Amino acid sequence: MTSIDMPWTLQLVIVGFLLFGALVALIGSWGLAKLPDIYTRLHGPTKASTLGVGCTLIGSLLYFSHQQGGVSFQEALVTIFLFATAPVSAHMMGKAALRRRLKGVPGTRNMPDR
Amino acid sequence: MTISRRSRQYWLPRPLFSLFLALLWLLMVNDFSMAHVLLGLALGVAIPVVTHAFWPEEAKIKRPLPLLRYLLVLLLDILRSNLVVALRILRPARHLRPGFFVYPLTLDDDFAITILASTISLTPGTVSLHYDSEANTLLVHALHLEDEAEAIASIRERYEIPLEEIFR
Repeated sequence: MTSIDMPWTLQLVIVGFLLFGALVALIGSWGLAKLPDIYTRLHGPTKASTLGVGCTLIGSLLYFSHQQGGVSFQEALVTIFLFATAPVSAHMMGKAALRRRLKGVPGTRNMPDR
Repeated sequence: MTISRRSRQYWLPRPLFSLFLALLWLLMVNDFSMAHVLLGLALGVAIPVVTHAFWPEEAKIKRPLPLLRYLLVLLLDILRSNLVVALRILRPARHLRPGFFVYPLTLDDDFAITILASTISLTPGTVSLHYDSEANTLLVHALHLEDEAEAIASIRERYEIPLEEIFR
């Protein structure tokens, strides 16, 4: 797809969303790699990635709505499912970590001692 | 309970959920032809009947308007929390003060508590980890915990009180 029949302003907006989404997702992944313990690492994927994927999807929605004429709803569905499932997976991972009594980073306040 | 009412309860345990499933199907196939409308409606009826036994008591959404406002606030907060967490990640880790705190719930509806726990996980620097059904508390981990009381108060004010309004 070399030449896209699309006004350049719209192209700019789409590119903006895609790049911002990619940047946020990158920061989230970097957080996953560099944060000190499992509990803090949970925060990267549940938040930074929802915004990253969200922006990418908005870009995709704009692009396909313009190319195919009419709004494409599937991206909105992906967002809804993502928002509904991300907290659940974070909850389960955190719970598993608590069950296995994984240590938090030194300085963690009120570490549960169960 | 009359026969007709009982059969309605059996075949259509939750009409709104059925409608939601039908709509979801239509959006998923992205095709609004009659055939897909019928298929979607059939799925909307069949899925609740089959999965009926797994569901807890139906939550009563009393007021839809505060629910919309709640979703809007949530969307803005998700945006804000993403930026806050991104900044925290970029700063050196020694500035972080992670910590746990116990959040005492006043809600008692399972569905409302699920929504509150999901909300906590999606918003600024907090993830809910454990629900204690006996004490009715949530264990929350915060990426950066400065003042427990303040964190609890802000969750109560921003999310729990509006949720109480919606589900009571």
